[in-house]
Amino acid sequence: MSYSDQALVIRFENVGLRYGLGPEVLQDITFGLEPGSFHFLLGASGAGKSSLLRLMYLAMKPSRGLISLFGRDIAVTPRRLLPEVRRRIGVVFQDFRLLNHLSAFDNVAMPLRVAGVKESEVAKNVTELLSWVGLKDHINARPPTLSGGQQQRVAIARAVIARPKLLLADEPTGNVDDKMALRLMHLFVQLNKLGTTIVIATHNETMVERMGYPCMRLEGGVLSMDRGKTVGGPAESADPSAVAASSFGRFRSSDRLS
Amino acid sequence: MLSRRTDLALEQDHYNRFLPWLIAFMVFLAILSVAGTFVLGGMIARWDQNMSATLTVQLPTTDQAEQDEKNVGRALKILRETPGVIEARPVTAAEISGLLEPWLGRTKVLSDLPLPRLIDVEVSPNTPLDINALAQKLRSFAPSAGIDDHRVWLDRFLRLIHTIQAVAVAVLGLIGLATVGTVIFTTRTGLAVHQEAIEVLHLIGAQDSYIARQFATRALLLALRGSLIGLALAVPTLIAVGILSSTFDTGVIPKLSLPFDQWLIIAVIPLLVALIAMVTARVTVLQSLARML
Repeated sequence: MSYSDQALVIRFENVGLRYGLGPEVLQDITFGLEPGSFHFLLGASGAGKSSLLRLMYLAMKPSRGLISLFGRDIAVTPRRLLPEVRRRIGVVFQDFRLLNHLSAFDNVAMPLRVAGVKESEVAKNVTELLSWVGLKDHINARPPTLSGGQQQRVAIARAVIARPKLLLADEPTGNVDDKMALRLMHLFVQLNKLGTTIVIATHNETMVERMGYPCMRLEGGVLSMDRGKTVGGPAESADPSAVAASSFGRFRSSDRLS
Repeated sequence: MLSRRTDLALEQDHYNRFLPWLIAFMVFLAILSVAGTFVLGGMIARWDQNMSATLTVQLPTTDQAEQDEKNVGRALKILRETPGVIEARPVTAAEISGLLEPWLGRTKVLSDLPLPRLIDVEVSPNTPLDINALAQKLRSFAPSAGIDDHRVWLDRFLRLIHTIQAVAVAVLGLIGLATVGTVIFTTRTGLAVHQEAIEVLHLIGAQDSYIARQFATRALLLALRGSLIGLALAVPTLIAVGILSSTFDTGVIPKLSLPFDQWLIIAVIPLLVALIAMVTARVTVLQSLARML
């Protein structure tokens, strides 16, 4: 690899995970993601995709092995420093996990408020982003009054509002039609263009094929990497901005094909 | 610190509705027991002062009244020459009869009884008096003369009051424990109710203190509300008891009204309880969050 370990956004080494005394649901997971890369995470349901993502967004500790985020070994990082690490990770949860008693605005504002951003700044950024994802008229709506697709966009807006360095999305296009799925993908590509490392867990093989990004495949708790359908694809490029530009272009052309 | 916006919307919760009333009850009891300790403390101070400032000298009578009179005179002379004695006054036979009347009735028997002669002595509380030396002197002419400084009686009485005070302090401690326990229970319920939202906040990068602050603020507001109710109930109670007690005009029942500085301390109790509730909620949340990665 052209990047030193220090520069990797996330690094797993021989990571194993078991729940209680059960069998290992993840075995010897070893990989590293370079800044500005874009990966799909594929695997049958029950293959451990969500578990792997949960380890990546620091919802739990691995049973063994090393996880390092932004050059920081999580096992030896003091607990009080972890919020800083988490603020650099945006997560789109499979079930959105929006807070139903808060408006769309307040849901999206949460990561900024948690980080102590000034309220005037919060108002500006959140309004801007919600308009951009087409929810300008639903800023004060509570999630239960929104459609599934709208909720999904609120969830995605919340994940990206703080301009994370790493974006993890668990089936972000799970319950929407293909057209909506592509629009959301477009959003991730835009973000990737700005330098964010992206991992998207999905079932949608057609979309993966169409977009041509490299894939991480989980099978029975074992991970394998493949480079996607195009030789010289994003992961092989050393320059993140070049990666973003080329992938964005390909996405646009494939979009037109559909 | 009291931000009006909370991500968790704890102000809409129902499980903690009972908290202000429990706190009100606790504050009410706490104020009553503190006021009780104050009243007893005042009683001790008053009686200790009054009692230790007086002595009673007993001179047993002999067959000859003339000799008795002479003994009283000598005793008075000795007492009045003793430094620290402010006044020495013989108790007249009429006064003694008056004291015994409630038990014996107004009969002639009294004059036939060999009643001892008594001398009331007022001593300065600042000058220590050697009671034994004084008794020795008196016994030189009246062998069975005695001095009663009320110590034995007063000591027993003080021991009783100190015990009651200790019980009051223990009650106060129990009230504190019960309050802490109630707040812990309520906070844990809140943590369980909002578990999902808390996890989202946590994963988004909220510091533990950010989450704890929302619970602590809520607990403070609820406890403050309850405390004020408790105070509003306790103050009229104390005033009513004070008024009732002032209608007794005996020396046995002490004055139940409190001085200003003690009222101030009582006014601080509700604030203290609210503060305890806030800190308890905060610690409970922090401990619970520490279990998350």
